[in-house]
Amino acid sequence: MSEAALGLMTSACTTRHSTTTEPAAVRFVLIGVALAFSGLFLVLPLVAVFLQAFRGGIWLYLASVTDAAARSAIRLTLVTAMVVVPLNTVFGVAAAWAIAKFEFRGKQVLTTLIDLPLSVSPVVAGLIFVLLFGRSGWLGPWLEEHNVQIIFAFPGIVVATLFVTLPFVARELIPLMEAQGREEEEAARVLGAGGWQVFWRVTLPNIKWGLLYGMLLANGRAMGEFGAVSVVSGHIRGHTNTMPLHVEILYNEYNVTAAFAVASLLTLLALLTLALRWGLRGKVSCDLAAAAAEPRGNGCRLPDSGRIGSRRRTRGARLP
Amino acid sequence: MRSRLKQPSVLPGFGLTLGLTLSYVSLLVLIPLGALFLRAAGMGWAQFWAAVNDARVVAAYRLTFVTALAAAAVNAGFGLVVAWVLVRYTFPGKPWLDALVDLPFALPTAVSGLTLTTIYAKTGWIGAWLDKLGISVAYTPLGITVALVFIGLPFVVRTLQPALEDLERETEEAAASLGAGRWQTFRRVIFPAILPAELAGFAMAFARGVGEYGSVVFISGNLPMKTEIAPLLIVSKLEQYDYPGACAIAVVLLAVSFALLLAINLVQWWSRRYPLKSQ
Repeated sequence: MSEAALGLMTSACTTRHSTTTEPAAVRFVLIGVALAFSGLFLVLPLVAVFLQAFRGGIWLYLASVTDAAARSAIRLTLVTAMVVVPLNTVFGVAAAWAIAKFEFRGKQVLTTLIDLPLSVSPVVAGLIFVLLFGRSGWLGPWLEEHNVQIIFAFPGIVVATLFVTLPFVARELIPLMEAQGREEEEAARVLGAGGWQVFWRVTLPNIKWGLLYGMLLANGRAMGEFGAVSVVSGHIRGHTNTMPLHVEILYNEYNVTAAFAVASLLTLLALLTLALRWGLRGKVSCDLAAAAAEPRGNGCRLPDSGRIGSRRRTRGARLP
Repeated sequence: MRSRLKQPSVLPGFGLTLGLTLSYVSLLVLIPLGALFLRAAGMGWAQFWAAVNDARVVAAYRLTFVTALAAAAVNAGFGLVVAWVLVRYTFPGKPWLDALVDLPFALPTAVSGLTLTTIYAKTGWIGAWLDKLGISVAYTPLGITVALVFIGLPFVVRTLQPALEDLERETEEAAASLGAGRWQTFRRVIFPAILPAELAGFAMAFARGVGEYGSVVFISGNLPMKTEIAPLLIVSKLEQYDYPGACAIAVVLLAVSFALLLAINLVQWWSRRYPLKSQ
């Protein structure tokens, strides 16, 4: 091979890369724009929460998050999440089992129904339960007769939160279990395992990371839900006030520093959720990739190389 | 062959799990939403129209849709840049940025509303600076748009990222070898391929913005006719025990959300059916 031809080849090889990327200046500007935009909209609010929370000093901060109303709000938020997340987890697993492991008519309709709460405004989510259980609602007179209060009480908060967090676990599990198929469970059945045995020994180990991921998302939303809970709670201090509602009350009373102190707790929860999600994301996409038998090299180790369901999930986007 | 409701399977638990799923979904989603529609239907057409066509309600709808649309448009632009940078380039802090994009999902809406209001109020970090230029953000429609930009950003970025990752570099190489410049390649090859994802992300951000309440209620100021969004109007109607009025507004909002949901599904179906037309 002549030297000229070799030179031509190497130059072709080096220029090849630059044909599918942009000039350095363009890259620089685009990265700058992305960083500036996210700095303005993502980093700044995050920093502001903590700076504002500690503006009155550490003692005021501690006093704000430990006063009686704040403590009762924290307790209510935790109890609500403790009731809501397990219920929606059981539902999510059952729904995913029925939808992913069996073929039946109307499956698509059922999946759409499960996703529906995601596209309903939180305020409307609260409203529908007021219409059912409120004093002039359908069941209102009956409930009043039997001395059961749902709206403006704890059960109302639970029901509204159940509605808004209903899709999270199911949405996470359905694509995962569909990708995993049913061969393993069928094999276990043929070998003589009972139904529950199949679930505990075969299915659950396969879906555990996805399940945890879904529960995490549901928990974050359950603790942070504002609109739906605000409509059904009645804002009774010390009784039906969750943490997000307490933030609003403090703010409306011009007690901004205290509002930020409580808000900072919710922000810590959000950051913890984000960090755990980040850790789990790789594991879930590994399960998906293994199920789909797609050779992804060592892609499973890199969190950003295997965005869950980027290929499999038909709806395309990952929503919370 | 007789068509069956369910194909036979050796796996157990179909009856139990489907039964549980159906009753749960019926109790929590179908019956309550049905109640809303029945309540609205019970109003009669004239009363419904009067409730929906009230000047204050119309102003609230207009404000809600315009701000949600503006925010979705901002996100469609900047979200594309963020997604592009995250997929294509390496730079310091990239994993942090990628993780942080989910913040608006994870942060309770009341917290984002409170924080954005404080930043953009006339005494706030950015608000004070903009005030000198004569721009006020908090308690104006611009403030509502800012809150909705924050809320909607992850929808666009997270929809675009997989689409950008799935692009085949070979088509770009082919375009370059045929003499296309980089901008031309983007416009004629890359953009058509990611357009369905871009549209879906835009529609999702818009849909979320239309229903958003928590983050907006802090920054909007809530003046009737001026900065009152539709979800807030539902709440104030409820507080005045005007249930029919609240129902009518809610039904319109729901109809818009469902139409958008349908549009998103259609766009995604279309993109699966006709993938990468640019080839």
